[in-house]
Amino acid sequence: MTIDRRTLLASGAALGLLTACGSNTGRGGDGSDGEGPKLSQWYHQYGEAGTEQAVKRYADAYGKADVAVQWRPGNYDEQTAAALLTKSGPDVFEVNGPTLDQIQGGQVLDLTDLLDGVRDDFNPAVLAPKTYDGRIWAIPQVVDMQLLYYRKSLLADAGRTPPKSLGELVDTARALTTKKVKGLFLGNDGGAGALGGTPLYAAGLQLVTDDGKVGFDDPAAARALAHLRDLYEDKSLLLGAPSDWSDPSAFVQGLTAMQWSGLWALPAVKKALGDDFGVAAFPAAGPGGKAAVPVGAYGSAVSARSAHKQAAKDFVKWLWVEKTDYQRDFALSYGFHIPARLSLAKKADALTEGPAADAVRHSTESGFAEPLLWTPASRVAYQDALSRIIKSGANPESELRSVVRKVSAELDRVKKKSS
Amino acid sequence: MSEGAASEGGRGSSTARGTGTPRPRARRWRRLAGPQNRTLWFWAFVGPFTLGLIVFTYVPLGWSVYLSFFDAHNTVSPTDFVGFDNYTSMLKNDAFTDSLWTFVVFTAFIVPTTFVLSLSLALMVNRMRRAQAFLRSVFFLPAACSYVVAALIWKMSIFNGVRFGLANTVLGWFGADQTAWLSTTDPPWYWLVIVTVRLWLQAGFYMILFLAGLQRISPTLYEAAAVDGARPGWQVLRHITLPQLRTTSVAVVLLLVINAFQAFDEFYNLLSDARGYPPYARPPLVYLYYTALGQGQNLGLGSAGAVLLALIIAVVTIGQARWFGLGKKED
Repeated sequence: MTIDRRTLLASGAALGLLTACGSNTGRGGDGSDGEGPKLSQWYHQYGEAGTEQAVKRYADAYGKADVAVQWRPGNYDEQTAAALLTKSGPDVFEVNGPTLDQIQGGQVLDLTDLLDGVRDDFNPAVLAPKTYDGRIWAIPQVVDMQLLYYRKSLLADAGRTPPKSLGELVDTARALTTKKVKGLFLGNDGGAGALGGTPLYAAGLQLVTDDGKVGFDDPAAARALAHLRDLYEDKSLLLGAPSDWSDPSAFVQGLTAMQWSGLWALPAVKKALGDDFGVAAFPAAGPGGKAAVPVGAYGSAVSARSAHKQAAKDFVKWLWVEKTDYQRDFALSYGFHIPARLSLAKKADALTEGPAADAVRHSTESGFAEPLLWTPASRVAYQDALSRIIKSGANPESELRSVVRKVSAELDRVKKKSS
Repeated sequence: MSEGAASEGGRGSSTARGTGTPRPRARRWRRLAGPQNRTLWFWAFVGPFTLGLIVFTYVPLGWSVYLSFFDAHNTVSPTDFVGFDNYTSMLKNDAFTDSLWTFVVFTAFIVPTTFVLSLSLALMVNRMRRAQAFLRSVFFLPAACSYVVAALIWKMSIFNGVRFGLANTVLGWFGADQTAWLSTTDPPWYWLVIVTVRLWLQAGFYMILFLAGLQRISPTLYEAAAVDGARPGWQVLRHITLPQLRTTSVAVVLLLVINAFQAFDEFYNLLSDARGYPPYARPPLVYLYYTALGQGQNLGLGSAGAVLLALIIAVVTIGQARWFGLGKKED
């Protein structure tokens, strides 16, 4: 997610306004904010305008602690991982995890009791990867999902319908590719990073099974991944676009007829293309397959090295459990996300019509979340193999065999640690 | 600085008291400070740097060796001693050994290419009668540009994969299809991007070194060679210019190899994305960065890799110094 000059200027101006208001009503005056302990809260940089101002507004509204929001551009995962080793890190931070090693290493606090009584109201698909040993280690903020965007007009011109199978996707992408427009954009790396385990789920498999074994030790996996190689070989894929898959620019600028991106991009696509687009799940691969869409959630976690553990937990409970109006605003006002609370998701009007409604339907019917046992080491091994299969035409069977070996070793390691 | 200031203060007070207090103390102080306070000043100037070197180089170095013997996931104070396990798994890890090969290939290519290019630039500029200073500056200017900025320009505007990228626009005039320079592994076009950005950035700097070397060669040597019938061009270059440039060449090669060892910036900025780094063109530093500091935070394994890499660099550098006879007294 890059920032362009306009968003930078806009957010700069908005920030100026916000601080101007703040000086009138905020900390200096009545002192209600200054009383509690000082907490620092970290967010990664969201691409959608207004998000930063919104989270700062929430933090300012909290009365029991003085919460300072840090908006951190750049490699957020690396930054938080390093910051958790020290006391000077954040007290409260959002995390695309936490990872199993962070939980096992005692770097984040157990937040189970914050969800007393409302646990069932959280989307179970995204709560599961935040749960380890029956305890909850982060509160899901919003549900993110990824899906396939397509231009209705371009598909109609080529006499095509939205693809229902992976083979059909390959054919459609080839048919849509012209001298000026590519058929499909899966990210500048050809899909290895953005798709991840999605093709495996589309083939009816899993990354890690419920009992902690490798879930894709099956010939269907190699067949599914070979289709991605076809896309690359047909030259149907857009590669080397100025902005990557998470940003809808390539799609709205007409560089590609279909693009894999996130639900968050939907308002921007709608604004640029009006009704001339639709969304679809990643199509089923092979006879045993079914459509798949990845869902996930940034969660709010508390650092175990925080100096004010209870205050930090109280703040997380206030913002991500009690203040449902803020949760709703955060999910729907700045790019589209599905609220993590089922009760809120039902009431979200913006998600009840058009492509947004389709997307929500796909997420309930075909959504899968990466399991907690799928550790970064496993992900790197798999992603490397996928990249070699797609770009260099490596043999999918032999590549997958070596991934299966590495992932089972990694699963053994984390299981040994927990026992 | 603070150390120097503190010692200064100390000296002041001791001399002030010196009139009435016992002698031995002042004598001991004088011995410590050295003749004309030389020892004192030595430490005042060297101390801060030594302190910095210890705190920021030697302690982390030692710590990293220590970490490499532990299972250190997400911690820098590990308890789980594993002996040489990290080393064996790193050596058996084909991603790491591949990264070493990447690095060897890169060095084998970039060192001779930069050498030849900067030498030819220097020879050409050296022969110019007019506008020499201008051309020298023009070729040197890219050295002032940062690797990150240059890498982004190469990635975003010159070698991006879409039809309006500079390279693709030029090729488009001749009817060629658009090429995704950084994503094509067969043929490996990404090397073209990586190598050209580094050539552009560093050729000018080495050209200056060569120019300095060239201007040190006495014109009488060329005159004598001409009198003896040496043909200008290759013969003069081979038998007069190159031997005379020997010390410069050795320095340039050493610097080039060290620079290649440190390759990180342009690789990382050209090829990484939010989801990681592709498995090709991944030099050891980039690989270790992801292992140790990425989300995996496997600091033990990463440290083992760093120690192995440091050993390799040490062996290569010592070998190179021996080969070139660096430090030997000659001439």
